[in-house]
Amino acid sequence: MTVNMTKGQAISLEKKDGGSLTAVRMGLGWQAAPRRGLFGSRTREIDLDASAVLFADKQPVDVVFFRHLVSDDGSVRHTGDNLVGGVGQGGDDEAILVDLQRVPVHIDQIVFTVNSFTGQTFQEVQNAFCRLVDETNGQELARYTLAGGGQYTAQVMAKVHRSGTGWTMTALGTPANGRTFQDLMPAILPHL
Amino acid sequence: MTAELVRGQNHPLSQVRLEIRVSAGVPVVAAATLSDENDKARGVEWVAHPGAPTLPGLEVSRQAATDHRLAVDLAAMPEAVHRVNVLLALPSAGGGPLRFGAVGAPTVTVTGLDGIGIARFTLAGLDAESAVVALELYRRQGAWKVRAVGQGYAGGLAALFTDQRLPGAAELAGGIQEAVARGLARSVPAPPPRTSDADRTRRTATPVSGVDQPGPSSQGAPDAEPPRPASPYDDPGQSTYGAQAPGGQGPSPYPDSGPEQQAGGAAAPGPSSAPGTGGIDYTHPNRRHTAPPPPPPQAPPAPSGQPARPVAGDAAGWSMDERLYNQVWGMFEDLARTTAAYRSAVEFADSRRDKELDHLLSDPRSRIGAAGDAAREAAGARHAQLVDEARAVLDRDLAQLTAEAEVVEPALPPAYARWDNPVWHGYRVPTDFPMALRLGDLHLPESVPLRIPMLARLPLERGLWIDSGPATGLDASFADSTDRRGLAMETAMALAARLLAVHPVGEFAVQVIDPAGSGSTALMPLVRTGVLAAPPAAGAAGVADVLARLTQRVDLVQMALRAGAPESLPPGLDTAQQLLVVNDFPHGFDDRAVNQLRYLADEGPSVGVHLVMVADREDASAYGPLLDPLWRSLMRLTPVPDDHLADPWVGHAWTYEPSLVPPGSQVLQHVLAQVAEARTKYK
Repeated sequence: MTVNMTKGQAISLEKKDGGSLTAVRMGLGWQAAPRRGLFGSRTREIDLDASAVLFADKQPVDVVFFRHLVSDDGSVRHTGDNLVGGVGQGGDDEAILVDLQRVPVHIDQIVFTVNSFTGQTFQEVQNAFCRLVDETNGQELARYTLAGGGQYTAQVMAKVHRSGTGWTMTALGTPANGRTFQDLMPAILPHL
Repeated sequence: MTAELVRGQNHPLSQVRLEIRVSAGVPVVAAATLSDENDKARGVEWVAHPGAPTLPGLEVSRQAATDHRLAVDLAAMPEAVHRVNVLLALPSAGGGPLRFGAVGAPTVTVTGLDGIGIARFTLAGLDAESAVVALELYRRQGAWKVRAVGQGYAGGLAALFTDQRLPGAAELAGGIQEAVARGLARSVPAPPPRTSDADRTRRTATPVSGVDQPGPSSQGAPDAEPPRPASPYDDPGQSTYGAQAPGGQGPSPYPDSGPEQQAGGAAAPGPSSAPGTGGIDYTHPNRRHTAPPPPPPQAPPAPSGQPARPVAGDAAGWSMDERLYNQVWGMFEDLARTTAAYRSAVEFADSRRDKELDHLLSDPRSRIGAAGDAAREAAGARHAQLVDEARAVLDRDLAQLTAEAEVVEPALPPAYARWDNPVWHGYRVPTDFPMALRLGDLHLPESVPLRIPMLARLPLERGLWIDSGPATGLDASFADSTDRRGLAMETAMALAARLLAVHPVGEFAVQVIDPAGSGSTALMPLVRTGVLAAPPAAGAAGVADVLARLTQRVDLVQMALRAGAPESLPPGLDTAQQLLVVNDFPHGFDDRAVNQLRYLADEGPSVGVHLVMVADREDASAYGPLLDPLWRSLMRLTPVPDDHLADPWVGHAWTYEPSLVPPGSQVLQHVLAQVAEARTKYK
């Protein structure tokens, strides 16, 4: 069952049967800008980017984004940059896979962000969403709708953090502005 | 809120500990010079650059990269320093663009330690310049300010340094470019296609609101990613390494590979593969099977809660050799990454403990007394606990990789196997071309005794240089230069013998230049079994003769390939791949011979002529910078363990060890005798 998360809501990533999640995927999808007129190639493309920042005690330690697709330790992997979006029917256009078992011991929080690299605000983007999926069985754990999200070019989506022996996800949904994750650091820090 | 500076604009700095982040579309060199109150840099010791990255209060990266983070502590600057100039330059080696006009505008951002931007400057409007003063940080009435400069120099770093009245400007500029080029040449060749990042290097995005739009404009970095410092953000080209041609050869990480060489690489097995005879050849250059491969070995089901027991060949591939090759590279990457996780955790634990102890010291109440002791103890315990946890994870991964190595090593074919592997006792001359060759072993200090086979794709894309110079690294016990030279020659011979043994009869020939005869002991097994194409060439005449023949061969094959008529090669031309081993370079070499050797190193690999040099770079110092491109184009290996190779993912310094025949073993004679016997039958 999909949880439509609201801001600030936390869900534990423990499975119902008591086992805990081992791998999660943060998926990002949006609809490509419609082609207009004869000069289709002149349509302004929409490029949203998903990033994940790994923190140890509030210090950024590593980051996974389109220029650095795999964290040094190999636990977080970006499937690759999509520059235009998809058909807008709910498939992931960019995804970040997190192998929670391989996350280094000192990393206690992973923050996921979305940026509009081409500068359109979320108001202009159709059918944009971000979701969290249990990678082992494909089940959607949480979904967040971005479209109509106001005059913002970025959003701090969610964080996955250690709690006890397992991991918990908290929806953040903080709007922000910026082109890449670096611009978002000031918006991220208060949530750690 | 980050202030967007325009050229000439200044901005106050309220903090003294800063980071300067550089973001460019291609790898750039970041450096800094210091100036005194008269705007003069007092000497080379006032320059921080990749060859000398650290000054008091200032540290720059050792490598060219698309992203840099320079650490600056203005409080630690000497009193005499009144200005810090932050410079960017394009590397002259590596085949990248040579003018800033050809790349996207670099962005330089001054941030606090919290990562919050203070001031940002986009260096728009550059053209023929190859070096630029981006920013200056300067003292004004006891406080520091930053000013956007953007002064470019078409004459590069040399012109820039001259303008700053630095003594020895040209030498310094040359030295910096040299240090950067060394960094580029230091990396282990590209990994197999494991990630599918191939065509995902990002195009330049059109800035939405004109030139002042900050942020990365990003063509994919054109060259190999240099090993990078352990900084989370300055990773430009991870994807570059994944960016491999599906043919598996990938971009060669060395500077001189033009598209020509890339294209020729596929045809490298020689004219026998008849490229260009009838239109386009659709066959995969490295694949001879079209039938589905036999199913890979299945890992037995693991008992619940335990990792699966490893099996050899448990990776993708069309043949067992390819599966084992991919498996070994997978182990290499896994070891690099798990070690990165461990090192990152320990580094974090160290810095956290230091911060806690600093905090205790700064508080007079806790400096002495029982409470302070307890707090110190607690900080130590927290440190130990985290390090222990990290170590436990590392040990778990090492145990798994060690178990994998234990099943993989015995399963390796001769081309990949150590000389003490029993597979060599059952050696038969192969009928197929090998896919890769073991150049030696790699390990990290944390991973001893686990060794990863260092496998390089064949045909070799770059020559090898066995460094017989003084050991720089771990093992300085081979102080005796005769020993070292002997060992270097032995390393080269083990490689040459391995190459001979793993190629089908008549497909690989070895020629040796040993001008002074100093390699005769090491050469003995090859000479005695008669597997060499000709006796080792000696003296200046021998050098000239061998080089002239090989140069002519390269010319002929190149001409034939360009004309699309490989069948027009003169009759009697040996179609086998050639390996030239040069001992004691530059002994016996005149200028003409040196030029021919450089030509062979550049042009040979694409037409099946390969080079192994045994040399001490010092011996050739008389040639000066003339030979720098040669050394850079070769892959440096050492006859003794030395930690000079970087992996392509994280950039750890790996210790390389050559693969030598165990002392007293007859395996080499046995193998070479078979090669010789097969050759007589073949003729």
